[in-house]
Amino acid sequence: MTELYLIAHLAGRPVAISSQQVESVVDIGEIVPVPRASAQVRGLAALRSRVVTVIDSRVALDLVQNEAPATRAVITVIDGQHYAILVDSLEDVAPFELRPLSPGIVLDRGWRAVGQGIVELDEEAVLAIDLHALIPGAQLAA
Amino acid sequence: MDDLLQEFIAETRETLEALAGEIVAWEADPADRARLDAIFRFVHTVKGSCGFLDLPRLARLSHAAEDVLSAVRAGERVPDAKLVNAVLGIVDRIGEIVEAIDAGAGLDDSGEDLLIAALAEGTAEVAPQTSQGTPQGQRAPTRSVRLSVDLLDRMMSGMSDMVLARNELARRLRDENPDPTVEAALERLSLTVAEMRETVTRTRMQKIDALFSAMPRMVRDTAAELGKSVSLHIEGSDVELDREMIEMIRDPLVHIVRNSIDHGIEAPAARRAAGKRENGRLSVSARQSGNQILIEVADDGQGIDVDRVIRKLAANGVRAEHELRALSERARLELVFEPGLSTKDEVTEISGRGVGMDVVRANIEQIGGRIELTNAPGKGLRLAIHVPLTLSIIPTIVVGVAGQRFAVPRQAIEEIVTTATSAIRIDMLGDTPTATVRDRRMPLVDLAKAMGLSDRPADDVPMLAIIGVAGGSYALAVDAVLDDEELVIKPAAPAVMATGIYAGHTLPDSGRPMLLLDCAGIASQAGLVFGREVAVDEDDEAESEQEGMSALLFIDLDGARRLVPLAVIERIEPVSAEQIRHSAGRLRLSIDGGIVPLVALGDWQDAGEIPVLRLQDGATEIAYAIGEALDIVTLPPELTPATQAGPIAGVVALDDEQIELLDVHWLFASNGELGDAEPPVCLLDGADSAWMATFLKPVVEAAGYRAVSKLKRDQQAAVVLTMDAAPCAVSPNAPVLRLRSARASGEKDDSIYRYDRGALVAALAAIGSKRA
Repeated sequence: MTELYLIAHLAGRPVAISSQQVESVVDIGEIVPVPRASAQVRGLAALRSRVVTVIDSRVALDLVQNEAPATRAVITVIDGQHYAILVDSLEDVAPFELRPLSPGIVLDRGWRAVGQGIVELDEEAVLAIDLHALIPGAQLAA
Repeated sequence: MDDLLQEFIAETRETLEALAGEIVAWEADPADRARLDAIFRFVHTVKGSCGFLDLPRLARLSHAAEDVLSAVRAGERVPDAKLVNAVLGIVDRIGEIVEAIDAGAGLDDSGEDLLIAALAEGTAEVAPQTSQGTPQGQRAPTRSVRLSVDLLDRMMSGMSDMVLARNELARRLRDENPDPTVEAALERLSLTVAEMRETVTRTRMQKIDALFSAMPRMVRDTAAELGKSVSLHIEGSDVELDREMIEMIRDPLVHIVRNSIDHGIEAPAARRAAGKRENGRLSVSARQSGNQILIEVADDGQGIDVDRVIRKLAANGVRAEHELRALSERARLELVFEPGLSTKDEVTEISGRGVGMDVVRANIEQIGGRIELTNAPGKGLRLAIHVPLTLSIIPTIVVGVAGQRFAVPRQAIEEIVTTATSAIRIDMLGDTPTATVRDRRMPLVDLAKAMGLSDRPADDVPMLAIIGVAGGSYALAVDAVLDDEELVIKPAAPAVMATGIYAGHTLPDSGRPMLLLDCAGIASQAGLVFGREVAVDEDDEAESEQEGMSALLFIDLDGARRLVPLAVIERIEPVSAEQIRHSAGRLRLSIDGGIVPLVALGDWQDAGEIPVLRLQDGATEIAYAIGEALDIVTLPPELTPATQAGPIAGVVALDDEQIELLDVHWLFASNGELGDAEPPVCLLDGADSAWMATFLKPVVEAAGYRAVSKLKRDQQAAVVLTMDAAPCAVSPNAPVLRLRSARASGEKDDSIYRYDRGALVAALAAIGSKRA
């Protein structure tokens, strides 16, 4: 079964995000921090008349933070709440077929929680991720 | 009322449409409990609304149907085809009547008795009246429309976009030195946008007053029907709620209030017997608290008899009695939400079928809310509905801290003070900062520190917002108070709410998102602990006094340790023995330029300085000389009364010691000589007032008046004394006593000879008794 996937770069790696989880792709402007929230919550940003919660995917993936803060983001909606997941860059949207992770492959660190399978892009294997798994507290609410 | 009627019509119509499927399904399978419950709820709701809107025909029909359905629910009757038909006949009829009301047309009620009769057991089946002559075609054009919330949401967010775009435009224009005509056009645009926004917001939000305004009438009618008398307090009518929420809360609230009056508040005779005011007290209030709206209904009735609930449920055979008794206290209380329960033995028009509570809870939970009960058997029940704050407009104060802005609900702020004034002190108790604001000491929370934004010393804060939370207050230190804004608050993401210090977020006109602080959350995160509020009926003075009256423990002049209720002590003051004199028949203390009767149970002459308790009963003051004040203690409830009346009321046991308690009643009764605190004023009027002041004043004052020769502002004379023919201009309402200089009276003269003491005193007394 093929599905539309958005290919993006996250923490320097290519990933595939199911288009069902993507509401839109935006550039995030100013981010207002939320003191005391968990580290992956970068803050709040205004997206037209809406307030979105900005999630730093690197922190969420338990990876080292890079210097240049990303401004591109993928908007996803969970329970009526809008989240902007910061990504390094965005490439393309195309139909792919999701394959399971090959036996024996164990993802490390934060990737383990979000990895769903593999899509093949020009013979390159790209990890398909569950965007919602990056969002703290969302799993509980869902 | 018209609005309510329109809403009732729209609602009933909608429920009927939704119910159509249920009815058919129930007809096919009369044993289906879920369908039965749905139909039952419908007729019950209609019944409730009818009582409210004064629609007797509908009320009669729905009451009859409800009776039958509840019998079916209780297993007393079997839902056979005949019964189902009869109920459906009534449901159809309700629909017809509602349409007729809407159309303003009359509908003849001929068939209704038959319909109701058909419900009775053992009657022959009556052919369900098909809708002949339903005034279908003439539906009156309604003046309101029902819109989907989604559409309103889109409208609202479009509006916010527009505001942001306008702001952007204004900013750009300002940078570019605009042409005055362009500026004027922008000004006009701004005005329109602001007005539009107001209107659009109102389409979504509504003051809870929309619910509360119908309460007084409903409470009055319900109470009158039940022969009870209830006084209603309403608070917080201006809290604004999502219309959707208001709609959802309407029925539950009506049920709860009716239940309170029917089950909670006792009949006047029973209340008297229980030592309560005959007038039941019911209070309905709404307030915003954190990210919730709290609607409370509290009564001072009999509370819930949990045992009775358990017996009833056990009798219904729902669950075994021992199983129910094993539940925790909280769970037992919540049994009132079980379906099909009624603690009332007879069914009334108002409630008493146990619907209500299960339906109420279902409705509240449907919107993500919850209900909490605080039961005080015999004293009352407090029912709190928590509804999530999906969207609301809250007046806020915007504060700045460490370069960031946060909104604080204005409701939570008691006052804002700068620390620059001398009335404010910040002290460190150990490592805990405290603020003292004009004699109020309270914990201090530095917002910057609570947020982990800075680590400045606690006494280096420029401004304090005094925040009131349940059970107490605390000072919240902020850098600046920036603004005062009404904001549309939306719930924030779970990850943000998990911090426990935010209540939601908002997008003000600046276009920068802002967080709304949850003041109670900040207090609990900072580890502040406040005593819980008195759970039930804090305004019942008699009860709260019994809970534990505070008293002052002191060493009396005779060396005994005694107690005096703290409430009567105005202050304790050291006085010099020289201020105490035995004069005019008793001990008196001259203090603050006045003379106060003094009681001393011992020798005072030898002491140089004596502490004196200044006791106040609200009107008079007496002083009580003591040896030394020791401590403030809580009086034990048991008092062994003294054998005879005197300054000692009795003796209490305090730490195994017998301590005498002063009888303040006796003290005031026998020593408070100014019985009437404000004696009526006697105005000595006219040219001879100087003579009168000199000669008559003692006579007048002995008669219980205060003699003045000039009225102060707002002072009313009870009687006016005047001499001879002097005109009397002031206090036209007061009776005038005329004195004359001549001993002999003239003709038709009711004046009194000025040296006739007896006549004057008698005349004053006569006026005094007439006044009383």
